[in-house]
This record gives sequence, structure tokens and C-alpha cells, in this order.
Amino acid sequence: MARLSADNLVIANEIIGRYPVAKSALIPLLHLAQEQDGYVANDAMVHIAELLDVSPAEVLGSCSFYEMFKREPVGRYLVNVCTNISCQLMGGEELLHHAEQSLGIKAGNTTPDGLFTIEDVECIAACTEAPCLQVNYRYRHRITNAEFDRMVDDLRNGRLDAEVPPHGTLARVRQSIPPDRRAGVVAPDDRREPAWLQTATELTGDAAS
Amino acid sequence: MAITDAPKIITGRFGYDDAHTLRRYEATGGYQALRKAVEMSPATLIDEVKSASLLGRGGAGFPAGVKWGFCPPGVWPRYLVVNGDESEPGTYKDRMLMERDPHQLIEGVLLACYAVGCGQAFLYVRGEMALAQERIAAALNEAYAAGYAGKNILGSDFSVDVVLTWGAGAYIVGEETALIESLEGNRGMPRLKPPFFPAAKGLYLQPTIVNNVETLCNLPWIIANGGAAFAALGAESSTGTRMFAVSGHVKTPGVFEVEYGVTTFRDLIYAPVYAGGILGGRELKAFIPGGASAPWFYAEHLDLPLEKATVDKAGSMLGSGAIVVMDETTDAVKACLRVVRFFARESCGKCTPCREGTNWLERILQRILDGYGRPSDLDLLMDVSDNISPGIVWPPKQTTICPLGPSAVSPIASALQRFRPEFEAHVARGLQSRVAVSVSSPSRAPAGSHG
Repeated sequence: MARLSADNLVIANEIIGRYPVAKSALIPLLHLAQEQDGYVANDAMVHIAELLDVSPAEVLGSCSFYEMFKREPVGRYLVNVCTNISCQLMGGEELLHHAEQSLGIKAGNTTPDGLFTIEDVECIAACTEAPCLQVNYRYRHRITNAEFDRMVDDLRNGRLDAEVPPHGTLARVRQSIPPDRRAGVVAPDDRREPAWLQTATELTGDAAS
Repeated sequence: MAITDAPKIITGRFGYDDAHTLRRYEATGGYQALRKAVEMSPATLIDEVKSASLLGRGGAGFPAGVKWGFCPPGVWPRYLVVNGDESEPGTYKDRMLMERDPHQLIEGVLLACYAVGCGQAFLYVRGEMALAQERIAAALNEAYAAGYAGKNILGSDFSVDVVLTWGAGAYIVGEETALIESLEGNRGMPRLKPPFFPAAKGLYLQPTIVNNVETLCNLPWIIANGGAAFAALGAESSTGTRMFAVSGHVKTPGVFEVEYGVTTFRDLIYAPVYAGGILGGRELKAFIPGGASAPWFYAEHLDLPLEKATVDKAGSMLGSGAIVVMDETTDAVKACLRVVRFFARESCGKCTPCREGTNWLERILQRILDGYGRPSDLDLLMDVSDNISPGIVWPPKQTTICPLGPSAVSPIASALQRFRPEFEAHVARGLQSRVAVSVSSPSRAPAGSHG
């Protein structure tokens, strides 16, 4: 699939403009690419490399380090079942086993209809709500086998569309800094002392440590 | 028992459904500390935080005010990086603070920037936390529109942009230098300290303060009420309040904000207002006192107060405030394997002892559990552990750049020293079943494990 679309290019440039060094936008732009296509396509990585003035290999290097970036298409719904210690103690492995039986695939695979991918994941910070899982990074706390099956049915029939966007979309609210409120990026070679410290020094004679 | 009526410093708004909105935040005292701060000199603000003796809440527990003071004087620019990459197994508090009270965090960020003189702040949220990202984005947009963030904050000459960014799935990025690498667009691999202490050479090799979410969330209260009021709570070396998540085999698991240094493990695990005791009235086998990296504690440690120095001295740590309770039915080998597997999967691969060692530890434990263990495997586990963390002592020594490798040694040293007969029983069971030829499939292999 694709390079970033014209609309996403506008967003990409705004994101790049928030960082003192362009390469810092690399991970945010990979998320943007994944939001566009559901996974990070090779063409998108080449496009990101051009935007950040780094080599495509560097983009791939970072992309391949992080588990959330998928370089192959996955299911519309990524079902991440936690089996780490708190969940294991409360039946997380049994829940994963049920998910595998219920969807007919082993963890790490996608159903033939392209709807569901199951992953056996590490702690997702819902330890007091074990066993827990995420669907496209939306939480389900203290989930039973019956609730799991109902959730799958709801997802299949679009009843959770408002709550669970397709894989790739994380935050549906973007940060947006109004131009007149912007303080601006501070480049690493901008050696000036911040204005409010200078004022404080003048007023009180305090040298900020 | 010491269940105190200390105020809820950071979870006070959790009772409101709309605690994440600016309206509710302002109606409950929000941004008053920032108003007060911009009238104060940054140096006074630092003194106030120092007098609170606020310990960092991320894991290492270093005093926040002292950490700020490590920036070399006169070197500009400085950056603030917020560590919201909560992923230590058992830990559930920063996500709650980000989702439920994002303005409190933003105010804390602004206070820290004002005090330290940071020209720009980066709020790094864990990638998997979509709701936290949405709530913080919305809160930042509100804060900018209301004049609390950005240019000339509250009409003063204090200007700073707070940039929301998030990770993409890597536990190691919770380590501060790895977080900085990630913020620079690289693979999240830790840097060598020295020379790369963030306060001296951090983001873009400039002085950088990396603070944990919970740490920063305390700042508005400290500035509003004074450092002395904060230091009056808790014990001498562990002041204020702290959030603890109690999970595992307990009746009412939950996240509780309690007075630091006073409340005991027994209070948190057994008191009806907290976790309510062990499920089914069973006996306690072990508990992890501070996240998966911490050596395990047992019944004899229950009456220790949740106080940093005491817990350190007893051979473990409060770490990230994560208490995981295992009852008497828990298979120590299986629990140990699961924690070790975590570190094996999350090793970034930079240092050989960790990259190779954690994977071997996982494989050896898996074969013991599968009934293919050898009697010599128990010593082999300790030998591999010793190569990652020489002497297997506490606090751990390390042959690696960061503490991830030694963290994998904690569960092994704990489980093997305390529950060695269980390991031996798994090995013996495997040997017997093969001698008897009547081999059936391994009965205790965990459903979700793979190599």
C-alpha cells in the first residue's frame, strides 16, 4: 500500500514542526501510516524517510523495534490477551486458550476472514482488573469466556464500531496547538536562558540553579 | 495496622466522572498552583519541592528536587521528558492518573518546566494506552485555549510548549535513556551512564529532566499547600502519599493511595478497605512488593511498612508500587517462568548477558515445567543468573548497561531459594515419566507459553 495521503501529509508536517529535530517525529509518523493503512507499508516508510531526511533503513530499523508496528496486514481487530503475572494468576492463560478455541486460530495468527488477530501480550497496566485484554488498544477488564464470545459477536456485527476503531487508529483526538498560543520549538543549539529565569534573576538576584 | 486518614493528594478527583475536563479541574482548585508559581521565583519553587522530599514514583525512588538540581548551571536549553511508559508487570497507576486527571499531570509538567527552566516538554505516553492519549490530547487542547500552556502562560513571560507523543510497544523505553532514544526516533536502547546521565546529556545531548507521571502529579498539591505540609505526611524518608496497585489472589484488588511509609503490606493486602485478604481464605505463599523486577517477599515481611529504606534493607524494593499476591496454590516455577519470559521478550538486545541470558533462563525454566528438566538445571539457572548479575545480591550488580537483565534474576533467585523443592519435584516428575515410558503430554505446560 501507500505513501501518506495528501491529508495525512498535512498532519505529518504539523507533527514534524513540533520537534526541534525532525527525526523525533519518526514514531508518530509510523503511527500515522499505520492508522492510514492498518499496517506500516514499505512505501509509507520510504515516504517517512524522505520527510525526515533519513534513510529508509533507519525508518525500518526503528519500526521493527516496536511491537505495535505491523509490517504485514493484521486483522481489523487486534485482540491482545494479557498473560503476564497478575493475569496469569487470575486465569489469563485460560482466557487466551478460550480465545484461540473460539476464533479457531493460535496466538500470532489472523482469522481467514481478516477480522481478528490474537496476540499473547505482556502487561497492559490493568493488573487489578485481571484477566484483561485489549481490542485495538481499548480495554476489557475482568473478562469471562462468555463475555469474550459476546464481544467477538458484537465486533463481528459492528455493534462496537463507535467504541473500537479499526486497527491502526489510536487516539481519535489529536493535539492541536493554535498558532497564536504556540511557544515554539526550542532547538538544541538555542543557548539563550529562558525569559522567565532572566526576569527572576533581575527581580530577586536569585541565580536559578 | 496503620490505616490513616491522609488526604488523597493525587486521586482526589477520581470520584468525578468528568474529572478529566478543564471545567471540573478548575472547579476543584486546578491551575491555582500554576497561578501561584508564576508569581514566585523558580528557585523558590525548587526549594519548595526539595522541602517536600518528594521521592520519584517511577521505580528508582530518587528525590525529585535533587534530580532537578543535577542540571549543570547555565547550560541551555533544558528539556523536560515525562515518562508515561508504564509497563512494569503489576503496575497500574500512571494510566489511571493520565486517563482520569490529565490536567493535574499537565499542571505538574508546567510547574516543573517553570522551576527548572525547561524550554520544551515532551509527554511520552505508552503506545498501548489509547484512552490516556485521547484524554491528554483533549486536556492539552483545553489548556492551550485557556492560556495555561504555550506562549506567555497566564500573561507572564513563562512560555513552554508541551508536546504529546507516544511509544509503540517496548517495555525498555521506561528506562530513561531508552526513552530519550525513542524520542529521538531511534530504537529504544539504553545509553551508557556515564556519560549519558540525562540531567547532563539527555535529549539531543542537552540537560534533560525525566520524571515519572505520578511524581509530577504531586507537584500541584505541593505548591498549593507547601512542601512542609507534604513532608508532614508519611515517614521521614518516604513522604506524602503513594499509589499502590494490589493484584493477584486477593478478594478486592485495586489501586489505593495511602500514606507513604506508614501503611504496612499487611494493611494493603488484608484490610477490608484495601485488598480484603487472600481469595477463598487461602494462605499467602509469596508477594511481589514492587513490580516484576523486585525480589519476592513472604509472610514474614507482611508487617514491614511501605517505606523505601525499610523495604530496600529487607532485600527488595517498592519499585513502581505494584504488589502482586500469590496464594498457596500458586506453582512457583510457573509464576517464575512467566516473569522471566517477560524480561526475555523485552530485552532490547544491546548487552550480551541480558540478550542471551534471559532467553536461556526462559528456556531452562520452560523445560523444567514441561518435564524435561535435568537435575543440573537448578544450578545452571543460578549460574546464568550470576553471569547477568554477579553474586546475585541485593541491590543487584550488573554486567549490563541497564537494570533489565538483573531484573530477570530477581524472580529466579526468589523462587529457587525459597521453593527449591518445587523445582526439584518438576524435574523428578519428568525423569520418572520418561523412565516409566508411559509418557503423556506435559500436563502443566501453561496454555499461552511459547518460545
